[in-house]
Amino acid sequence: MTTEEKYVAAVYLVVFIVLLAYVFIIALKLQRLERELAELAELALRKKEEPEQKAVAVG
Amino acid sequence: MSTWSRNNRLPALATLALTLMAAAIALIFFYAPLDEDGLNQKIFYFHVPIAFTAYACFGWGGWKALRHLWKGDEDADLESYVAIHLGVIFGVLTLVTGSIWARYRWGHWWVWSEDQLVLFLVLFLFYCAYFMLRYSLPPGPQRANLSAVYALFGVALIPVSILAIRLSQRFIHPIAFDEGGPNMAGSQFFTFCVAVLAMFAVAATLYHLELAGKRLDIRLRELREALQ
Repeated sequence: MTTEEKYVAAVYLVVFIVLLAYVFIIALKLQRLERELAELAELALRKKEEPEQKAVAVG
Repeated sequence: MSTWSRNNRLPALATLALTLMAAAIALIFFYAPLDEDGLNQKIFYFHVPIAFTAYACFGWGGWKALRHLWKGDEDADLESYVAIHLGVIFGVLTLVTGSIWARYRWGHWWVWSEDQLVLFLVLFLFYCAYFMLRYSLPPGPQRANLSAVYALFGVALIPVSILAIRLSQRFIHPIAFDEGGPNMAGSQFFTFCVAVLAMFAVAATLYHLELAGKRLDIRLRELREALQ
């Protein structure tokens, strides 16, 4: 590989690595949001069950 | 906007970006002829479209900032922030790809006496400072308004940065366009145009992807507050 080819390859490699890193960071964020959504769904279910349990206890 | 286009915008944009990028790379390496700059000229097909994309992102961020201040559109603040964030990423790429090109062509990674390099760095650092300003304030209307005013000021630096390339005296930064039109063969210009469109499509995809993530984050936070 000539020096010129190395410089050209370096430019294209840098661009793809930076764009891939960006997509990777976004993917990590989406994973975190998915976890949070699961937690919230669980919280919502618990909140929904709570009044029903209370109603049974009173009845 | 229709539900179909809202739901399918991101996959459609990603497909377009992938297709255009594949076409651009094929054209760059198998179609566009070499000129006196040799193989090193292939860097131009990525470096210049990346720089144009950075300017476009900063310009779009400024437009959204103006919409926020003018119409009081709250969503425009988030859109302005995401556009500037992407502009900074493309700014890093402009600086890195330009430095690699300069190292081979000029024998230097960076030349402080060159106006066009320093002015692009000033523009880049100006927008880096945007994040310092934004995160030094608590979320709310004050932060959104100050960020919007700052983003608008930055737009004034874009024409100065572009003009500096033409005013450059010492090293000759290649000028792709002058009064007579593009300074390249028809096949090179066609390849360049496809590369510009590909980079814009990539930026648009990343913009909508990040925006979707940020909006989801905000809605989840609101939901958490409502449930607790």
